[in-house]
Parts: sequence; structure tokens; C-alpha cells
Amino acid sequence: MAGDVLVLAEHFGGSLGDITFELLGMGKTLAGEFGGTCTVALIGGSDAMAEELGGADLVLRLGGEELADFNPEPYGEALLAAIEAKAPRVVLIGYTSMGMDLASTLAVKTGRNLASSCIRVEGGERITTTSQLYGGKMDVRSDLGTAPCILSVLAGSAPADAGRHDGAPTVENLDLPATAGRVRFKRFIEPEAGDVDITAQDILVAIGRGIGSKDDIEVAEELAEALDAAVAATRPIVDAGWLPKTRQVGKSGLKVKPKVYLALGVSGAPEHLEGMKGAATIIAVNTDKNAPIFNVAHYGLVEDLFEVCEELTEALEDR
Amino acid sequence: MDMTVLLKRVPDLVEDLEVDDSGKALDEDSVSLKLNEFDDHALEEALLLKEGGGGTVTVIALDGEDVDKMLYTALAKGADRALKVMGGDPDGGNQALAGIFVAALDGHGGDLILTGVQAADDRDGQLAPRVGALLGRPCIEVVTEVNPGDGKVTVHKELAGGVVAEYEVDLPAVLGIQAARQTPRYAPVSRVRQIQESATIDTVTSAATEGAGFTVVAMTPPETGEGAQMLDGVDELVKVLDAKGVI
Amino acid sequence: MAEKSSYKTTAERRRTKDQSFVEKEQAVVEGIDISGQWNRMYEPREIQDYDTTYLDKLTDLPGGESMGWCYQCAQCVPACPVDTAGGDYAPRKIFRRLQNGNDFFNHRDLWLCTTCQNCLRVCPKEVDMIQIIPAARALAVLEGNVPDELQEMFQNVAEYGNPMGQSPRKRARWTRKADAAVRVLPKDPAPVEVLWFVGDYYAYHGRGVDAANAMTRVYNRLGVDFGILGADERSDGDSQRLAGEPGLFEELAEHNIAQFRKYQFDKIVVSGPHAYNAIKNEYPKLGGEFPVEHYTQFLSAQMPKLKPLLTRPFTRKVTFHDPCYLGRHNGEYDAPRALLQAVPGIEFTEMYRCKAQGYCCGGGGGGMWLDGYAALHQTERLSENRVKEAVEVGAEVLAVCCPYEVSRFEDAVKSTDNDGKLEVLDIIEILDRCME
Ligand SMILES: Cc1cc2nc3c(=O)[nH]c(=O)nc-3n(C[C@H](O)[C@H](O)[C@H](O)COP(=O)(O)OP(=O)(O)OC[C@H]3O[C@@H](n4cnc5c(N)ncnc54)[C@H](O)[C@@H]3O)c2cc1C
Ligand code: SF4
Ligand code: SF4
Repeated sequence: MAGDVLVLAEHFGGSLGDITFELLGMGKTLAGEFGGTCTVALIGGSDAMAEELGGADLVLRLGGEELADFNPEPYGEALLAAIEAKAPRVVLIGYTSMGMDLASTLAVKTGRNLASSCIRVEGGERITTTSQLYGGKMDVRSDLGTAPCILSVLAGSAPADAGRHDGAPTVENLDLPATAGRVRFKRFIEPEAGDVDITAQDILVAIGRGIGSKDDIEVAEELAEALDAAVAATRPIVDAGWLPKTRQVGKSGLKVKPKVYLALGVSGAPEHLEGMKGAATIIAVNTDKNAPIFNVAHYGLVEDLFEVCEELTEALEDR
Repeated sequence: MDMTVLLKRVPDLVEDLEVDDSGKALDEDSVSLKLNEFDDHALEEALLLKEGGGGTVTVIALDGEDVDKMLYTALAKGADRALKVMGGDPDGGNQALAGIFVAALDGHGGDLILTGVQAADDRDGQLAPRVGALLGRPCIEVVTEVNPGDGKVTVHKELAGGVVAEYEVDLPAVLGIQAARQTPRYAPVSRVRQIQESATIDTVTSAATEGAGFTVVAMTPPETGEGAQMLDGVDELVKVLDAKGVI
Repeated sequence: MAEKSSYKTTAERRRTKDQSFVEKEQAVVEGIDISGQWNRMYEPREIQDYDTTYLDKLTDLPGGESMGWCYQCAQCVPACPVDTAGGDYAPRKIFRRLQNGNDFFNHRDLWLCTTCQNCLRVCPKEVDMIQIIPAARALAVLEGNVPDELQEMFQNVAEYGNPMGQSPRKRARWTRKADAAVRVLPKDPAPVEVLWFVGDYYAYHGRGVDAANAMTRVYNRLGVDFGILGADERSDGDSQRLAGEPGLFEELAEHNIAQFRKYQFDKIVVSGPHAYNAIKNEYPKLGGEFPVEHYTQFLSAQMPKLKPLLTRPFTRKVTFHDPCYLGRHNGEYDAPRALLQAVPGIEFTEMYRCKAQGYCCGGGGGGMWLDGYAALHQTERLSENRVKEAVEVGAEVLAVCCPYEVSRFEDAVKSTDNDGKLEVLDIIEILDRCME
């Protein structure tokens, strides 16, 4: 069955987010299966952004500078206008903070079906999606049939590289519809330096007594920086005063659920596990192959944490 | 400010969820339901707003096993009124649920409707924006702070990387709460028991609403082995991080 | 005069304004003239003018009365383990701070007590912290003043029936790894000799499960006919009660009592001193009277059968930590010692503070879930203080018989840098090792 795909571009601070390219790659594959085109809706974007979207058949621009800062109300109206103008079979929106404001609202306004938390989308005669639900404990396959739909897609579901193509895409401008102005953007508040909320991090590098000394925490901090992560710790590290109490994970510390929890030199005492067993992926590095942390970890590495830190930091910096 | 908090129960993830014989749904015997943790935060934020600036808090939920206890607990924490919707399908998805809640609230719901930003079983979108769109009210998801103003609220919405965007939103509005300003309070059992004796739960019959127009064809747990998969060196570790989409 | 000295003579001090006295110019008592200074009486003097709101609030609570009896003798100060651990604590200090107007209900003093009862043992006025503390905490909990760690525990127990927040369905999961059969009564409800109340830590904590497995093996070797409640068991509730959630305690107790009533058994045997205390002393108040024994009591009573089974020597230097709720609270000091003495090859040493004077591990009275809180207000953990003592008496093994303690002391061994020097074992694990 023929049909087109519309992808919502996401940007922040003047540059496009990875999710845009992930969705674009996915959208192109789908459009290929449909024998249709893949359009990117760029709301409040810049010329420079449009140029990065060479992978798209068409870049539909709605508004410019004045809409640079995300606002769910005008963005929602703009995306609605784009859907009405292009009548795509599938609309791809990221399952991100911005996307969450838009996908469900548009589903109601357009009367389309919406499948959320998708990690896979298969096109063809019918559209089939796989959603990751129940905290990642179940993959749910849904048949959306032949009707036009909206899909909200989890970040990291497709490689971003597939959507990255330079080159001058065809650009079309669409007028912004008027909005009621009931939501007004005020400002961005950057997280304060030094004040890390480990419960709000996607990646945590957790250190235990295996780190040995206060000075060596630097090694973990360097790795955390390369990973865009924060350093968390077991209680003994906090007790020793090497890190503040706000970094302690566990029974008498904080409960964390990051996407990745990298435990370095952590034995895995039940009191520590209480705070992090909900992490989506747990990776443990420990010299003792019998350390209990390996019972809850999804991946394990029996190696010296310092060697792993050094090599991993280098590998990441080389990328 | 008059507020309504939408409460939804979801399968508790401390259980090992299993798929039933149809291969399309959770095995009921493996499931125990609990209040969506984000809804608990929405309730806490509503109670804090009420304590700070006055107003009322109404909680609403679909009927089901142990729902009374959940509603009494909300009353014990400080909600003013509890409303239970009879006859709605708890597995009907958010599209249907949004319609049921809007009908049960007579298309109203006070100045501010709050609910959790998401839930573990959201397969057809999120409740807050769906309710907002049905009511024609603005909605913001991923809210971490709400400050009341005159005919409006100022909210913090969490974006990626810890950046927060601040918006001013005219009332009436709908908010999807990610986290309340403080840990949701605890309702001592003796108080819950006392409320159970004295308070009443109002009931209303569910309206017939349209559910998601698509079907689940299969449900499978993602493949994971027993215990940790042992990696051989940092190269493999990099591959794992790559596959998880974090680098 | 004024410029000469700022000091006052005793006589001058006596005559300060706020120490006025009365003298009758004419007074004769039993024929003796005591006019003037001979009948001088000081007016009752207000020695302080502090706000006693919070002291009154406490002593007005049922259970809180005895706080007002303190006469500041200070016997309790050296007895209090929290004071020893740098907590600046003990009833004497709490009372004094209350006299000075301190809001006890919003103060660290409310949460540091472990209800170990060592102060009551020495207090001539019977100031009873075991009554005072739960009563005051219950009020604070109702008012919403609870340290986060503790609140989370309450929440978990209310929702799941165990403090770890684990699935109640998985409560009997440890039996899957047990190498002997364990009868789960809800599935096999025939009469049984012993209803074993397993408890949270034995069911869910890694080291507790080790002990539960050891217990299973020992029972089987002894031929004990036993069964467990499995997924139908809930927390005994004692720690929740002591930590200020009496409603939750009642809910748990009512649940457990209803389960006990479903089966026919001779006695309940518990793994932990808190379950023992709850079932023995608190459940009867709710109408649930059941014969109950701590496992050390149950096993030491079977010595003639047990002793011949202890064949493999355990040649280590062992000391024993008295759990407050088995020892001081319930007077059982001998049963655990009898079991240890029966171990072949053992070299048993007492610590300085033992039996009635035993030092508290810090886990009682909800202390298990105030670990971070207590650490902020003390110079060391009670468990650390205790582990140092065990090392000092030359022990290689610290034997315990309370499920909380293995986790507390193993952790304290690490944090006091005694890794490898001291092993922490449940007595049941030692017995298990001695059986071929
Ligand atoms: C009531 C209570 C509450 C508690 N609350 C908490 C809590 O909130 N959070 C918490 O974390 N703990 C808590 N604990 C403490 C807990 O029991 C453990 O003691 C603690 O978690 C152990 O920390 P660790 O893993 O860093 O140290 P250890 O257990 O000593 O483990 C260190 C690990 O590092 C490994 N290692 C050593 N050198 C290297 C190397 N070069 N490379 C790689 N690996 C190496 C070792 O093999 C070992 O497995 C609590 C304890 C109690 C009793
Ligand atoms: S021992 Fe009793 S009377 Fe003496 S100071 Fe302590 S609490 Fe007061
Ligand atoms: S009961 Fe124990 S911890 Fe509490 S005040 Fe008395 S001696 Fe100190």
C-alpha cells in the first residue's frame, strides 16, 4: 500500500537532536517499503538545520527563529498543519519530552491511531509496531492495519547514521497557523554545575570500594565525562567522605533507574542492589568473578576497573 | 484552585510478568496492580498546591480490586473527594480511559487536571495530553514543578540532559507530572483505616468510549539470559553501550 | 563597691532580687520565739522559665508519661549505646533538652533510640524508652515527620508486606534453592509440629537466605516436622511498631494471626528476635495467643538429639552478640550459648559487654531503616563499635542469631577495615557446618 512518511525534527540550542536522524533513517526505510516519500517537518528551525536533512525527500519548514524554543501549543498546531497538508500514512515522533507533548494530542485531533514507545516499525500492506512496555519487561507487537497513524518512537531504536546525509534537500515553507497563546515559553534553566541529581541521569558510573582511594575517583570521573554520565557510589565511598551523600545509591541512599548502570568495583551487597536493581541495563566490572553483583548484572567484565576505565575512556574519546 | 488527579493502576513491575496462553496479554495470575508511581507524584504535587494556596483536590479512578483502598489512601493523604468510575474496562488503553475520565468529570475537572507523565502500560499514548486534547485545554508533559499564579500556573518541564524549560500556562490546563517537589507522602495505616470508617467514595457509571483502533498481536519478554552475559574486553563493552543507544 | 569587684559574696548572691524571702516579724512556735531571721523562708524560686510545650506534649501521650519522671541521675548515659557511638544521647539528655524547650517531635532525638532497653535496666526512676519512643514517633508519623529512609520502609511494608519492597509472591522463592524439601502450608495444610515463621531477612536478603537454607538442612537432619506460610507470611511488624506505625503493625499482626489460625501446629518457631518479641508479647494483645520459640530455644531444647549430629569440628575462636530483643527484652541468654558450647572444637569467648549488658547492634526499633540518618548524627555506627569489640577480644567469628545482624556486622567489618579478620555467621550456619 502506498503512502508517505512525515518525521518530526527535534532541536535544542540551535542543533538537531540525534532522534531526528534516527527517525529519518527509519522513515526512509518505511517510505521505501510504501513506495512513497519521507518528509521532515522542521518547526522553528534554521537554514543550517535544513541543510543537515539531506536524507529527506522534502523538508517542510514551519516558522523560524521566533519559534526556536519549543512550545507545545504552536508546535502542535504547526505539526497538525503539516499533517493536514501532506496527509502522510505514518507520522514519526520521538518518545521524548517534546514528543510526548505532541503525539497524543495530535492523535486526538486527527483521529489517528497512536502506538507509543515503539522500538520497531514494519511497513508494507499493514503497519506492525513493537512497543517496549512494562518497564522494558515486555515487547508488545501491535497491528495498526492500513489506516494512517502516528508512532512515537523510543530514542536509540534505530541508528542515527542512516538518517544523516548532507546535501541540499528540497525545502518547502508552510505558513504557521495562529495559536491561542495559552502556553508561553519563559526560559531554559540549565542544570547547576556540581549539583548532580543521580536519579535523573541516563547513565551512571558507580564506584565501590574497589576504587581504593579518593584520588583515584578522578579516573571514574573522566570516564563519566566521556559518557556524558554522572558518578554514583556505594555507601563506603560516601562514608569516607570521598563523594557527597547525594551520590549514594542504595537502601539508605537514593534509588536510581538509569538506562545504563556501570558498576565499577562494587560487590553487590543487597543494600546496594536495593537502590539500582531497576536500572534498564546493569554492567559490572569486578576482579572477583564470584562477586554477587554479577547475579543482577546483565553484562559482566572480570577485569581491573582501572584498566577498563582507561581503555573505555580512550575508546570513547576516539569515536 | 480546584484540581483533579487522574489515578490509574498498572501492573507492578516487582512481579515477574508472564504472558498468558493467548500470547497477547499478561497472565493475570502473574500480575498485581498498583498505583502508577507517576500518578502518586501527581497527587503529591496537587496536595502541595492545595496546602500552599488553597483549593480542593478530587481523585478519580476506575473501579477494580483494591481501588477503594487506593482512594481511601488518597483521602487520608489530604484529597477532598474520591470518585470511582464503575464499569470501565481497565485494559482498554488510554484512548478509552481518557474518554471515560472526561465523561465522568462532565467535561470539567476544575482548574487543573494532573496525572502521571506516563505509565508502564501506555501503548496508545499518554493520558494527560489525551485528556487535554479532548477538553481543548493546553497540556504539558514531564512536569517537575508547578507554581500557581493568577489564572495561570508556571511549570517546569524537564527536557533532555537535565535542562528545564519554564512555561506559563493559562488555566484550565492539564499537566503530566514526572516528579513532585517532594517524595510522595506516606499515609499512616491508622489514618487510612479511620478514613475508611468516616469518608465515602462517590461513584459514577462509565460512559461508553472508543478504544484504540488497533490490536495487540503478540506479547513477548525481551530475550535475556540467566545471570550476566560475560564480556571479553572493553571492545565488547563498547558494542553493548552502542547497542543501548547511549553513546 | 561596684568597681571593686564584679564577684558577689555568697551573702550578696542570696539577696538578689529574684531570690526574695519572707520573714515574719513575730513568730512563736511551741513556745519558742523564732521572730525575724529565725523564721526566714525563701520564696519558692522559679529556677527556669522555659517552654515546656513539648515536654508536656510527650508526657501527655499514653506511653510517654515516664519521660517526666527523670531526675537527672545520669545512670543511663554510659549505658546508652547511641551515646557511646558519639550520638550525645540517652534519656537524661533527651529530658534535659525537653526541659529547655526542645521540639522533640521535630528533632533527631526522636529517631536515634534503638529501643535497646539498656537504659531502663539501670534507671532508678523507670523512665521507659520502650514505651516513650514508639508513642512519640507514632505522633510524628501522623504529622508527616518521618525520615525518608523510614518512610520508604513503611511504604514497602504497607504495599508488599516486607521492607525490601520485594514481591510478596516471591517470599518462598528461597526454597527453590534449598537442597531439602520445605513444606509450604497453604499448599499442603495437614497438621504440622512446627510452624516456622521465616521472616523478611531469611526470605529475601542474600545472607538471610544462606541461613534459611542452613536451617532447612538442620531441621531435616533432626527430623523436625515443619512447614512455612510461604507467600502468605508478612513482616512480623515489630520494627514498624517501634518505629512509629502502630496501624501498620496491627494490620500485619492481624494478617499473620489469621494465617496461623488456618493450621494445626504445636508451636511457632521464629528465625528472629523481633518476630519472637512480637508474637510472644504483642500478638496476644490483639487476641492471637500462640506458643512461640526462638530457633535457638527450640534447638537447644533438643540437645540430646542435636549434639550427636555435631560431628565436624569448628576450631575457631567465636564470640556471641546478644540480640536486644532476645536477651534484655525477653531474658533469653542461655539458649544461643548452649548451642555454641555444643559445637565441637569451638573456642568460645565472651565480649566485655554481654548478656544483660549486651551492646546494641543499632538495628532495633527501626534502626535498620535509619542507617543513613543515624550516621549523620553519630561518630560511628553501633555495629562498628560492636565489631571492634569482637576483634578486640580476639574472635575470628562473630556469631549472631538475629537476621538483621549478619548484614549489619558484615558491613561494619568492611567499614572498620577488618576484612578477613572477622567472619559473621548466624549460629544456624555454624551448626549446619558441623553436621556431616
Ligand atoms: C542498614 C544498612 C544500610 C546500608 N545502605 C547502603 C546503601 O544505601 N548503599 C550502599 O552501597 N551500601 C549500603 N550498605 C552497605 C552494604 O551492606 C555494603 O557494605 C556496601 O554496599 C559495600 O560497598 P562496596 O561494594 O563498595 O564494597 P565491597 O563490598 O568491599 O566491594 C568492593 C568490590 O570491589 C572489587 N574490587 C576490588 N578491587 C578492584 C579492582 N581493582 N577492579 C575491579 N574490582 C575491584 C572487589 O572484588 C569487591 O567485590 C548498607 C548496610 C546496612 C547494614
Ligand atoms: S537513669 Fe533514669 S532518672 Fe537517671 S538520668 Fe537516666 S532517665 Fe533520668
Ligand atoms: S533504649 Fe537504648 S538506645 Fe534508647 S535511649 Fe535507652 S539505652 Fe539509648
